[in-house]
Amino acid sequence: MKMNAVNASIRKKDAMALVTGKPVYTDDIAPKDCLVVKVLRSPYAHAMIKEVKIDAALKVPGIECILTYEDVPKTRFTIAGQTYPELSPYDRLILEQRVRFVGDGVAIIAGKDESSVLKAMKLIKVSYEVLEPVLDFTKAKDHKVVVHPEEDWKVLIPLGPDKNRNIVCHGTEEQGNFEEEYAKCKYVIDETYHTKANQQAMMETFRAYTYMDAYGRLNVVASTQVPFHVRKTLATALETKKSNIRVVKPRIGGGFGAKQTVVAEIYPAIVTWLTGKPAKIIYTREESQIASSPRHEMQIRVRIGADEKGKIQAMGINTLSNAGAFGDHTPTTIGLSGTKTLPIYTSNAKAYKFEYEAVYTNQMAAGAYRGYGATQGLFAVESAINELAAKMNIDPTILREKNIVKEGDFMSAYHGETANSCALDRCLEKAKEMIDWDNKYPCKDLGNGKVRSVGIAVAMQGSCINDVDVASVSIKISDDGFYNMNIGATDMGTGCDTILAQIAADCLDTDVNNIIVSGVDTDISPYDSGSYASSTTYLTGMATIKTCEELREKITAAGADMLGCKPEEAEFDGNSVINLTNHKSISLIDIANNSMCGSNHTLEACVKHTSPVSPPPYMAGAVEVEIDKETGHLDIIDYVAVVDCGTVINPNLARVQTEGGLVQGIGMALYEDVVYGKDGTCYSNSFMQYKIPSRLDVGQIRVAFESSYEPTGPFGAKSIGELVINTPSPALANAVYNATRVNVRTLPITSEKIIMGMLNK
Amino acid sequence: MIMEISLWLNNVFIKDNIAPDTLLLDYVRSKGCYSVKRGCETSNCGLCTVILEGKPVLSCSTLAVRANGKHVITMEGLQEEAAEVGGFLADQGSEQCGFCSPGFIMNVISMSKELKDPTLEEVKGYLAGNLCRCTGYQSQLRAVLNYLNAKKEAK
Amino acid sequence: MAVIIHTKGDLTLFTIKNYVVVKDLEEAYVLNQKRSNVVLGGIAWLKMGERNIQNAIDLSGLGLDKIEETEEGFEIGSMVTLRELETNTALNSYFNGVIAKSTEHIVGVQFRNCATVGGSIFSRFGFSDILTCLLALDAYVELYKGGVIPLREFADMPKDNDILVKVIIKKDRREVSYLTHRRTATDIPVIACTVARVNHKWQVVLGARPSKAKLLLDKEQMLSNNPTEEEINKFIEYIKENIQFGSNMRASAEFRKHLAGVLCKRGIKEITERKGL
Repeated sequence: MKMNAVNASIRKKDAMALVTGKPVYTDDIAPKDCLVVKVLRSPYAHAMIKEVKIDAALKVPGIECILTYEDVPKTRFTIAGQTYPELSPYDRLILEQRVRFVGDGVAIIAGKDESSVLKAMKLIKVSYEVLEPVLDFTKAKDHKVVVHPEEDWKVLIPLGPDKNRNIVCHGTEEQGNFEEEYAKCKYVIDETYHTKANQQAMMETFRAYTYMDAYGRLNVVASTQVPFHVRKTLATALETKKSNIRVVKPRIGGGFGAKQTVVAEIYPAIVTWLTGKPAKIIYTREESQIASSPRHEMQIRVRIGADEKGKIQAMGINTLSNAGAFGDHTPTTIGLSGTKTLPIYTSNAKAYKFEYEAVYTNQMAAGAYRGYGATQGLFAVESAINELAAKMNIDPTILREKNIVKEGDFMSAYHGETANSCALDRCLEKAKEMIDWDNKYPCKDLGNGKVRSVGIAVAMQGSCINDVDVASVSIKISDDGFYNMNIGATDMGTGCDTILAQIAADCLDTDVNNIIVSGVDTDISPYDSGSYASSTTYLTGMATIKTCEELREKITAAGADMLGCKPEEAEFDGNSVINLTNHKSISLIDIANNSMCGSNHTLEACVKHTSPVSPPPYMAGAVEVEIDKETGHLDIIDYVAVVDCGTVINPNLARVQTEGGLVQGIGMALYEDVVYGKDGTCYSNSFMQYKIPSRLDVGQIRVAFESSYEPTGPFGAKSIGELVINTPSPALANAVYNATRVNVRTLPITSEKIIMGMLNK
Repeated sequence: MIMEISLWLNNVFIKDNIAPDTLLLDYVRSKGCYSVKRGCETSNCGLCTVILEGKPVLSCSTLAVRANGKHVITMEGLQEEAAEVGGFLADQGSEQCGFCSPGFIMNVISMSKELKDPTLEEVKGYLAGNLCRCTGYQSQLRAVLNYLNAKKEAK
Repeated sequence: MAVIIHTKGDLTLFTIKNYVVVKDLEEAYVLNQKRSNVVLGGIAWLKMGERNIQNAIDLSGLGLDKIEETEEGFEIGSMVTLRELETNTALNSYFNGVIAKSTEHIVGVQFRNCATVGGSIFSRFGFSDILTCLLALDAYVELYKGGVIPLREFADMPKDNDILVKVIIKKDRREVSYLTHRRTATDIPVIACTVARVNHKWQVVLGARPSKAKLLLDKEQMLSNNPTEEEINKFIEYIKENIQFGSNMRASAEFRKHLAGVLCKRGIKEITERKGL
């Protein structure tokens, strides 16, 4: 197979429509006569609703309906977008008498326009019995207040839950005898790290519109990463058959995992379901900040032991995760804090242990955010590695060189996979070279009150959920030989429509413009679990290759038939099928058009792909910062990232993914924090109070690729989307230490923490 | 109270009756200018940037009545320029999800008219009010510099 | 356990019943005597709060959108935008360009094209860069009824129903430095500090404490014209003792106090070490 489109920086197929502002997003295409839906939200972190008076509100002109907990189905479900049977507990109702966080839904109001709905909302009188909330996740276990006392709480695959003790899940995985080996080590580190909840803060907030079609089915147009899971979740919540629901995904204004949870779709869905009328919900930024699905806050204790030569012999991780009010994505994210950290250092260790526990609290429920638990774990583990190096008085890059996973290593802690493609050692070397580590480590005092220093971290992720995620692609040939490609993976700005077309173009020996990609429609698209877990390029890419192979055979057979020879005697070169014996040929145009006239040739293929492995992409991140020793102000001078994502399919898009992930990681490291008041109110309720980085905050970023070849991936590719958010927090913490000897173990690393650390030394 | 206003929206003269608390953002969207997006309620993101009397403003923080007697330009009225700037973004892959692109490009167009030969720092400063969560800004900056260079060379 | 009746969802509603483009200041003043009526600047801040406005008062027909330079100073109409303040060359040729410096971090160009001087000064927000800056200058506000009063006085007055017509800044040869500490480049400040030297005397304004900017004059002349390190340190201790600092989401009082000292010292040094003056 020739690589023409693959490894080329091709413009995204939708690029020009997006940059010229065409109306392609959910709110742009919603019917003008949609009912506007809004949710009245609880002002209390924990309360029982005693009464909801809606009479006055119903009299507001234009109000269509007001729903309370008494009006909704009583079947519990999860809004985590995961493959069935989900690991997340079924702990939600659409509305419930018990409200569990400030912002939890109390009533759903639908009316002809926004102002009438807001007016009605003000007229609803709710009586609450206010209850004590659980607001500190370190004290949630065995708290006298139980967040989920209900009898009908259930989980399909239990990972040690005990809801009466506020435990969502817990468990231990151990290889060898950790405590024994750790005790034998000459050098040990034992520190606890605290990562905060972060908002994905995609520019387009949560939104969806719904309508009934001519067949009496509920149609849902949603800004989602997981259309098929939306269908499943809505069917469960509405107690109807999945065949009654169709979900369509238009262009999406960013997701980063937020839209892997069915946050908003249920509200217009139930309104349309009950009234038969079209309805839409557009979350305000405030709602997207206070009632959404941020990153799980985690407290992670890391213990690492190394022998006198600096070889890591024992590693222990103990993670406590804050689920918030519901357990969406909780049992799954927590696992990654161990399985995506331990394998980097334990291929040659004698023992490791991973203990985890997640608890319910009365805060907004957490969800999926790029990195998905690995990010939290890597801040802790990479920081601990840097602290171990400091304790041993050696360069942290050298400690890593001695210990990191290398190609061919068996990774017991990574569900027993072997690192078949791994260029982490080359990534580290290249990152050191790019940042000029050897000359700059640890720091240089500039003599003007400022000090420049460098910091380092490495990371891994996965490329899908092995043996769970499923991708399929269908391609058919149309008039004059163009291809219609249907995918169930959702392009959310990442460019997967283009990337998958690039793969198909090379497999079919055609131009990428000859492939028309359609977005997701659950009635039409082949099944795909969705765009998450870094799976799209790796998994849907392989499905694309398999589909193209099958389609090529069909085209060859049709051409051979028309040429009067056997398929084995013919070959398809992308433009024509050639009879290899007599060199007669027939063009693809003729084959395509012939298939539409008196033909039995089904020139269409649809093939599925799942993977028993989830090959990790790897990277090294090195940062140079300048710190003001009096104010603690930190400027990023230079951030270099060297990434091993296997073969790079589209260098531009891979680069932009990396730069974007790094800046989100920088936001997490330095600025972003979901802050709650003493009563459980979320203070980080806007872009004024939750500051994501602006273009003045991020410094220079340089990205390089150190390719490996992943034998199970399309053209040797692995994933990239999530990996790239992981290094900034530990690398920046390391740079701060190298400049000031202050270890900041609680994110974000603010100038206040740096200065107070220096003053209190 | 309903206010009568008249304005030029993308050079088309309109007379209209609106509620006084109508935000310019909601007004132009109601007129089909869907390129104008709402990203926040606190004037922080720049997604709703339109050009009012030649200056880039936040349409979420401007009452529609303030446009009375004035010229409002959205990307619908600047398609050629948008495609030109946007082409440079597309060549970097830096439109990504695209939701912030129209507001960003409107401000780039304003900048290129207001600042002569801006330095890198001036470019970043002028565009600081345009947030983007996908790109990390680097590719946008490459695109803008390429655009400014191309404009300079064309002269 | 108590049952609490809640009648309000925590949503903010910004509504305007009537909109009046006033013909003169008298009309504006008369309207503004009712609590439910509000003078509009830009509306960036105003619309974030819960507000049911009966009559919105628009001053944009009164020609208050100009910056006029006179022999003695600058007269800045209340409808002048922050961006105009930032880019006015004449204004920024004075006071070491601090006025531009005090605006350029405010959100972004588009925001500053909306927000007005009148809105910023009249609101007297704790986090205001502009107020922190102007308080260190010889600045006045012209109120429709109250006449011309020093900004320093106005800053501490309770909000009343007068109309802010213009801000007047007197030209003098004071030397000024404006410094802030922010968590991100375009965030509101954690602390803002203006230092000025006028006729060999020093004064400091500290804003975003997080409460309203406070002016402190070196009445006892702890600082000489070119103060020694020791004088500066004593002065900083004096500031820390005499100005209140508070805690909020952005920083603790302790950190603010620390920063106030650092920025104050830097401001003094910036002025004394300037060349060519």
